[in-house]
Amino acid sequence: MKFNNFMILEFPSKSCNEAFARSAVACFAAQMDPTLEELGDIRTAVSEAVTNCIVHAYPNELGLITVRCRILKDNVLDVVVKDKGIGIADIEQAKRPMFTTGGTDRSGMGFTIMESFMTSFELTSAPGKGTTVHMRRKIQRRK
Amino acid sequence: MQFTSFLENGNLTVALTGEIDHHCAKHYIQSIAGKIEAYTPEVCILDFQEVTFVDSSGIAVVINALRCMSQIEGKLVLTGICAQPMRVFRASGIDKLVEIKEAV
Repeated sequence: MKFNNFMILEFPSKSCNEAFARSAVACFAAQMDPTLEELGDIRTAVSEAVTNCIVHAYPNELGLITVRCRILKDNVLDVVVKDKGIGIADIEQAKRPMFTTGGTDRSGMGFTIMESFMTSFELTSAPGKGTTVHMRRKIQRRK
Repeated sequence: MQFTSFLENGNLTVALTGEIDHHCAKHYIQSIAGKIEAYTPEVCILDFQEVTFVDSSGIAVVINALRCMSQIEGKLVLTGICAQPMRVFRASGIDKLVEIKEAV
């Protein structure tokens, strides 16, 4: 077995689930003995990924969001946030800081934050099929 | 999701609480805009002391407040920012656009 532990969450794209998703992932990650800063970074990145699904993937309907977390060897948290929504036509444009197709209540900083707060970040998307965000965060072992 | 606000010597202080994410950002943006429009303060202070979490939606809250204050040629100040919100504000560069003061 390549991983030590895992969990899978599935929930509808309601905005009240943003807090649920980031808290659930943080609770799961707690067994890796992260610092408060590491935990805060993970919570923030998950919040961004899930919010994107709610705002952009399913703009006019409720759809399913799946969050899968695994603990890999060397104390690495692996997080996948997946939707089956409308997808992203231009990934480079979507990732650009300050770019948003959302309203004035969006900042266009979601991907920038995910990229800078996680050790690795990968975005795959197909228009009409959905989007997958794959992030990893190494949790430093404390002496 | 709640906040208190008070006016003192022409300065408006808005004390935010809890977690600021997309779910509640719109409410904060509209409420803060309403207060600024009603009181036209010289300085608007957003107090983050009781804010335990923000994501990029928190950046939108600050940017919208900044926009409202610049329309009336006033100043926006952020205060009492905890570690996690500060990391988000730094990552977005917002700490360079707005004055940030330590909590009193």
